[in-house]
Amino acid sequence: MEASRARAESPSAEFLGELARERPAAVAFGVIALMLLALVAAKGLHDVAQATLNSLTLGTIYALGAVGLTLVYGILRLVNFAHGDFLAFGAYMAYLVNVTWDMPLVAGIVFAMATTALLGLFFERIMWQPMRAKGAGFLQLLLMSIGLAFVIRSAIQWFWGTEIRTLDVNVVDSVTFLGLRIGQTELVVVVVGIAVLVAVGLVVRFSLLGKRMLALSDDLDLAETAGIDTRRVILYTWLFAGALAGLAGVLSGALTNLRPELGFELLLPIFAAVILGGIGNPFGALTAGLVLGVVIEWSTLVVEPRWKVTFGFVALIVALVIRPEGIFGRAKAI
Amino acid sequence: MSPPPLAFTLEAFTNFGFWSGVLTIAGIYAVVALGLQLNVGYTGIVNFGQAGFMAVGGYSMAILVLEAGLSFWLALPAAVLITMAFGMLIGLPSLRLRADYFAIVTLATAEVVRLAAQNARGLTGGNKGLYCEFDGGDQVCFDDAWRSVSDSILGFVENFWADPEALLPLLLVVWLTVAIGIVGLSFVQGTPWGRVLRAIREDEDAARALGKNTLLYKLQSLAISAMLGALAGFFLALFLATIHPDDYEPIVTFFAFGVLILGGLASYKGVAIGAVLLWTLLEGTRFVELPISEEKTAALRFAIVGVALILLMAFRPQGMFGKREEMVLGD
Repeated sequence: MEASRARAESPSAEFLGELARERPAAVAFGVIALMLLALVAAKGLHDVAQATLNSLTLGTIYALGAVGLTLVYGILRLVNFAHGDFLAFGAYMAYLVNVTWDMPLVAGIVFAMATTALLGLFFERIMWQPMRAKGAGFLQLLLMSIGLAFVIRSAIQWFWGTEIRTLDVNVVDSVTFLGLRIGQTELVVVVVGIAVLVAVGLVVRFSLLGKRMLALSDDLDLAETAGIDTRRVILYTWLFAGALAGLAGVLSGALTNLRPELGFELLLPIFAAVILGGIGNPFGALTAGLVLGVVIEWSTLVVEPRWKVTFGFVALIVALVIRPEGIFGRAKAI
Repeated sequence: MSPPPLAFTLEAFTNFGFWSGVLTIAGIYAVVALGLQLNVGYTGIVNFGQAGFMAVGGYSMAILVLEAGLSFWLALPAAVLITMAFGMLIGLPSLRLRADYFAIVTLATAEVVRLAAQNARGLTGGNKGLYCEFDGGDQVCFDDAWRSVSDSILGFVENFWADPEALLPLLLVVWLTVAIGIVGLSFVQGTPWGRVLRAIREDEDAARALGKNTLLYKLQSLAISAMLGALAGFFLALFLATIHPDDYEPIVTFFAFGVLILGGLASYKGVAIGAVLLWTLLEGTRFVELPISEEKTAALRFAIVGVALILLMAFRPQGMFGKREEMVLGD
């Protein structure tokens, strides 16, 4: 950002502008490092470290949600506004197991991941696949996904009402480490989330399925010509996206609480991570989700916490306007 | 997320008080959706920020009246200009983006507006909203000037009709705006300016190759849409007699898209009919006595709009009055 503004001013600025175009991720991390130094200088190491630790929970949830959304977006050209409600659906499925049936949260997580994955698969079969076969356009699919979001949210409201519910988790105990405090549940969320994110990264990078997903995201027709069974890969993509959304929903529900509008509240920050990471790029989404969580939490050191969501959206708009292909995306024609 | 605001009670199916409320809110949504029609249906720009424009218009008007002490009649055009300038400010960097990015930017902008209204408590009253303020012992409300006009209209109507409905003046003004909007927009659609918009919708590169500054045209289209959003914002504020951040959630834009799609893309009269139909459907369901709680009824109303959107997009994407050959749903 800084670099592009300074471009016209001097030869060294020209070099920076070049760098911003060629190595945007390096520049982004440079800017973030500068922000970090400035914050440490102004607020002290302890406060910044504590805010960063707090931010990991939020960042993990954004990252988990964004990986699935970016794959669906990249492969199917579907701007899925119902993705946030997939998260909410997962959270309520965990509630069913964890609170209604009084079973451990682990069982709830597994159940939520399985059911949300099946939900994704179900709508692929009854909606998205027939619509693609009809050659539906982007706006048509976008509006359908808004309709689907309404349907899922009203189903949640129908069965569970609008009251705020909580999962059966320990919200009292906390762990102290090097003078930093983190709640027990937060710690579990971060550990589980990061572990899954690493696993996801490895699967996408090294497994045959992951490579096929990347190929489809790059160019669906070319992948099909190359002999990849695209239909099957698409089904797996939905399972993958649904399971991760379900997990993200449960983790978010464990950290805060459950309410029907949970999904929509998470949707825009997740979209921000998808776009910052470059559409269709799961590694980008993963990194951008974590970074977004960190930057949003840092903002609370400078401005009042109630502004932090606003801050995240402003970051999204600025990023889109300056570099629509994302920090980790390649400069395709946008 | 609360469903779009509706604050009135019902007694009977034939209750004009009830239906005047439904028609007023339908008219407000028709004004919002007319802007969407110009943007989405005729220019091919997918604007998801109408709720934000409504909020900018409504809040500017109320703040100008309550904080700056401007007269209501001066505040209205000033707020329209502020909203149009805001629309162009947003459009200038973002209209060059691909359609899906533009949709997300406008949606995020609308959310920034709403969250700012919620958090900038000193100016907007935060979650208390804005309505009246005490100015040295005198109570000043943003709609004082409107109330007196409304009362004189009612006084005139009383010559023919004993005890008229209090909402009647607002209902008339809203639908007069819808009518002027339909006639005016249909007229400009036939002018060279309107034809350029269509050309942009069909093939922006071709329009540019013919020497048209397409960004300028798209900005103008967005500014007109912002103006209609501001008008709808005024009407909603007068209808609810308050301005509150929750009334400008993205769901308002989504419902306006429902109106647009039901009526059909590339048809202005479709917008008016779609608005009346959607709100009759939504509010008419209040008369179906269901043995379920209020929460479930609210959920059902949402589900109706959702299912309607899905089915329309799947089986009749051109809506009731849209023309299939004029339909650009993106590719």
